[in-house]
Order: sequence, then C-alpha cells, then structure tokens
Amino acid sequence: MSESMKQDPRFQALIRQAAASPMTRRSLLAGAGGSLILAGLAACTPSSNTLTPAKDISDTDKKLAWANWPYYIDVDETGAYPTIVAFEAATGIKVTYEEAIPTNEEFYAKVKDNLNLGKDIGYDIMTLTDYFAARMVRQGLVQPLGIEDMPNASKNLLPAYQDISYDPGRKYSLPWQSGMTGLAWSKAWSSANLTTVDQLWDPALKGKIALLDQWTDTMAVIMQSQGVDISGNWGDDEYNAAIELLTKQVQDGQVRAFTGNDYTELFKSGDIVAAFGWSGDIFTMNTEAGSDAWGFQLPTTGGFLWSDNFMIPMGSPHKKNAQALIDYYYQPEVAAQVAAYVNYVTPVAGAQQAMESIDPTLATNEFIFPTESTLSRAKALRQITPEEDKKYATLFEKAKVG
Amino acid sequence: MAFAAFADTSEKKSAEPVKKSRVVILMLLPGLAYLLLFFLAPLVSLILTSFMAPDPNSMDMGQFVYSFQWQNYVTVISENWSFFVRSFGFAILATVIALIVSYPIAYFIGVYARPWPAIQAFALILVIAPFFISFLLRTLAWKQLLGDDGWVVTTLKSASLLPADGHITGTAFSVVFGLTYNFIPFMVLPIYTSLERLDMRLLEAGRDLYASPSTTFWKVTLPLSMPGVVAGTLLTFIPASGDFVNASSSFLGGPGTQMVGNQIASNFLKILDYPAASVLSVVLMAVIMVIVSVYVRRAGTEELL
Repeated sequence: MSESMKQDPRFQALIRQAAASPMTRRSLLAGAGGSLILAGLAACTPSSNTLTPAKDISDTDKKLAWANWPYYIDVDETGAYPTIVAFEAATGIKVTYEEAIPTNEEFYAKVKDNLNLGKDIGYDIMTLTDYFAARMVRQGLVQPLGIEDMPNASKNLLPAYQDISYDPGRKYSLPWQSGMTGLAWSKAWSSANLTTVDQLWDPALKGKIALLDQWTDTMAVIMQSQGVDISGNWGDDEYNAAIELLTKQVQDGQVRAFTGNDYTELFKSGDIVAAFGWSGDIFTMNTEAGSDAWGFQLPTTGGFLWSDNFMIPMGSPHKKNAQALIDYYYQPEVAAQVAAYVNYVTPVAGAQQAMESIDPTLATNEFIFPTESTLSRAKALRQITPEEDKKYATLFEKAKVG
Repeated sequence: MAFAAFADTSEKKSAEPVKKSRVVILMLLPGLAYLLLFFLAPLVSLILTSFMAPDPNSMDMGQFVYSFQWQNYVTVISENWSFFVRSFGFAILATVIALIVSYPIAYFIGVYARPWPAIQAFALILVIAPFFISFLLRTLAWKQLLGDDGWVVTTLKSASLLPADGHITGTAFSVVFGLTYNFIPFMVLPIYTSLERLDMRLLEAGRDLYASPSTTFWKVTLPLSMPGVVAGTLLTFIPASGDFVNASSSFLGGPGTQMVGNQIASNFLKILDYPAASVLSVVLMAVIMVIVSVYVRRAGTEELL
C-alpha cells in the first residue's frame, strides 16, 4: 500500500469509521462478511443488549407494511381492502397489507431472528394476540407507540381496554380487534343453550368436542369453571387443578381435537357438536351458511376476553406512518366499517353509533358491541410472569397429548 | 460416474491431468456448496442447538445459550420415547400396507399391461395424478370424506361395523390410512421401474422347468424387483416416520395420535424449547439411519443394485 493512499482523505475517513464502530462479535458474525454457518448460529443467540428503535424515515419514505391475520379486515369483490384504499388516498402512504400471521407462533418463528436483534423484520405493524404481545413488551422487542401523538386513539379507546395487565397505560400496544372465548355448539345437536363448561364433560359427548390449542384460551375458561378469578390472584395450585381435569378428559377420549380457527370446519363436517370457540367465528359461520345452525354463549362461570394488538417492532423505520394508520382505524366510522366485515369486538368508542348507518342489525349484535352485562362475564388474564408463561405452556402441551 | 465419462470424452486425452482435475473440482463446486449450505450447516446448527442450556439471565421462553448440556438428551428421550414408538409403529404399518397395495399395481403396469402401452401410460398417469393437487388439500379432503357426517362413517355405522358413537378421523386408523395413501405413489413408481425391466423369458424358463406360478414369483420375479421394493419402502418409511401433517389435529389425527413430528412442532413453535425440538430431530434422524442401514443390509441390495 502506498503512502499516498494512506493519506487519501477517503481512506482516512474509512479508518475513523471503523474505529468508531468497534466490531462486536455479533456485528462481525451477523455482518455480510461472516460465514453463513456462523451467521445462522449468531441469529439464534438471544439478544442481551437493550434494543433501541430504528431511525424513523417516514417523512421521506411514505410506505408501511402490516402483518395481520387472514380474513381480518374489510374486503370488497375485487379483493381490495376499502379502508386501506381510503387511507392511502388520504395520506399518500402506500400500505403493503399481508395476511402473514396464520398463528402467533408461526409468525414469530419466521421473524424471530431479526426481531430479537432489533433489526427490520419487513413489517412496520404486527397484530399479535395478548399473550404473545405480552412477550414482545416484556422482552423489549417493540417501540413505544406514542398514543399521545394519536388524537383518535387517545380519545376513542374504550375504557375497558385502557389498562391491560402486561402494558398498563397502553404504551406499546393498542387493540385492533377483540374477541371472547366461550362455548360454541351445533343447534342440530342441542337446541337448548350450552351454558356451563361442565356440560362438555358429559360422557354422551365423548369424542365430539374440541378445545382451543392455546393455553390462555382453554385454561382461562376451564379455571373459571372451577371457580377461579382469572384476572385476580391465582397460581400453580389453581392451574394444576385445571390441568388435571383437562388431562383426564383427553385420556378418556372426550376431546376430539385441539384447534385454532379450524374448529369451524369440524362443526361443518359433524366431527364435533360442541367446542370452545371465538365469538366472531360463530357469527361469520352462521352468516355464511345463511342459517342459525350454531350457537355461541359465554359460560355462566365466565368467558375469556382477549385482543389482537397493533405493535411496531423495534427495527421498523416507519413509526410515524404506522402511527398514522393505527390512528386512522380509531375513527368510529372506519372501525364500524371493519367490524361490519370481521364481526369481532371493536375497541373503538362511537363505532356502535356509526354502525347504525351501515347495518342496524349489527349495531345491536352483542358479540360485536357487547353490553355491560356481557363484558362483565368475560375476563382477561392477570399478568403472567415469564417463568409462569413457560411453565404453563409446557404443562398445557403435555396435557394436550394425554 | 458422470465425471469419469466427461473426462474420457474430453478432446485432448493426453492433456495435463492437473488441469482436468481442476475442471472436475469446478464442476463439483455447486454440488458441494449446496450440500455445505443446506445440509451440513443446518445439521451443525441443529446439533449445537440440541446442547443449549436455558439462559441464566432470563427465565423467559425461548432464551437459551450455547453450552454442552448433554442431559437434554436424557430428559427429552425419557419424556418422549412413547412418541418414537408410535411414529415408527405407524410408519412401519403404513409401509407394509403401501407395499401390499402397490406391488400388484406396479406389476399390472410394468408386466401385465406391457402389450398395451396406452393402458400402461394411462395407469401411470393415474398413479402420478394426485401430485398435481397439493398434499395438504388431498389430506384435508380425506378429513371431510372420513368425517362423522360423511358417507363412509354413516355407511359403516348402518352396517354396524362401527359403534354408534365411533368415529374414524382422529384415530390411529385414519392416521395410518393417511400416511399410506400419501406415500403410495412413492412405493409404486420404483417397483414399477424394476418390474418394467423384468425379462419375460426368465418367467417362461421357470414355467418350462415345471415351477408353479407362485414359485416363479417368489424365486424369480420378486428377487429381481427387490431394488424397487427396497427403494419404495425407504421412500415411504423415512418420510412417514417424520411426518407431522397426517397425525396433527388439524388433519387426520387427534390428541392420542401425535407422532414425533408433532412433538417437534409443538416444542419449536408453542413452547419455544429449541433444544428439546433439536434433540427430538437428532434422535429421529439417528434412529431412522440405524433402522435403514440394518434393513438395507438385511435386504442385501448391494448385490442387486
């Protein structure tokens, strides 16, 4: 190397740059220069550093990507999403909407490497369920949402959602849609209402019931049937008692399957006649069939209230765009338009009045706009510690296979 | 083989051998790189993961650090051995049934239908046609067909072959059925290729020497088709032991039919226990390798191939 090259200002700048950012093991391994094998290993290493939000380039880069669940937004005959089209027209922000979340777990498995390193995961908004949102918040993987910058959200978020156990004050998450876990049944089997969880354990229903495959859903409802206040003080003893009951039912062949949304298919094929289900599904199923073939009811002992929540991953460079979109959906008219399609519970105040002009019959549907008495029968879980999350999920997975 | 052939036909036979071997290495590079990237690297990563220990600084799910926690193998195997037994049981059953079903099909196409190439071609298309539809969709279709309100179950019930409260989906029967169904083409095709080359004069010679048709089959046809049988059984048994679709609750299985593949998925996705999922995968691979090598040695295919 010649002396003149060393004196070249560009070269000197490079040296300064290199000195300013000392090569850590992670940046070396994860960098493009690192061998691929090692990069793969480094990606598995959990991040022990505290992550910081990525630089926001929203003002110059008017776009955002949103990962959501299938069939979870209004859609028209051409396959376009009317509320998103209107948002793009109003703000000039280009939205890439992807049905990228078949389950919380599968989505996490796809993005976890970059997510845990605080890098861009390709999505600026992700909509994850409470128990998973809780993990994201406590592991510091999501940016502060800045609800104070969102006039509609700060005004219209219903009081019932303002404080959630894992995110008091809603600093990192805002509900997109909510729903209730309760009892679903086929009216061809029983025209009477299914009212208690214990009815599911009737030997006559052997092999004809399905439960949900996420511990929070199933265990929240079973524990309440055993008299536990799930948002209050409970611990291992209460959980283990519910696991014992569940294990016995699985071993006796009472439970046909543990499912996600696909319990609706089991209802249609006649494999099951009763199940733990989600409010919106049953309503959609009846609408599609054009009949009233399936019923849904919160058990007298209590149902489970959950939400899927907007969150901005730490590595997203489009926070401001994301805030604009989230706030847009907190307008009552827009929320009503979405609710009319997805049939889940909307967390937006005023949406019920707005719904009256869209579809008056939906405005009185208590599974989209639950009355006080319905809401009082659906509870959310108390805050779960990381140790408990791990322990309870593991116990549940064991119980599921008998 | 291919490389040797290439070397022989190269123009300058007397050219410097160094240069030739460079060409060979160059040609091998894509294959080697592929194996390194997509086989060796994931395997090393998998084995390293299987020895990981929980992160002492974080009790949260999915937090692990590199370590040499060999006890993982002890705990995971002792907790999951029954799933291994079930997986291999199901896989062996499915392989045997698939063989019994496939051999006559392959014999029909490869030997019996020889005088009618059109029928041969048509039958082959029938065997391959299912591949045009996604494996998941076909399995879901079976879930509907075998559902409690489907005609299969209602007919069996009215014939009293199934108790009134009985069902098919979610049982071991439907899982083995699904595995068999899904892997039958992998069994038929290799046996067909073996039988298709069968020299008919050998069968005639057998008859001339007063061998009964069954003796000719056991002494001539079957031994000559062994390479196809071995290939077919391997192509069925190996993927069937690791399968997690058929046995899952969303398809043909239920809580009591979960196989090792389902346990791996549950550990990996649900409880984020990556070391346990890796241990299960490593053990599954190791056991399959042992079973397969014993089987191949017993079948004595070295001479046949």
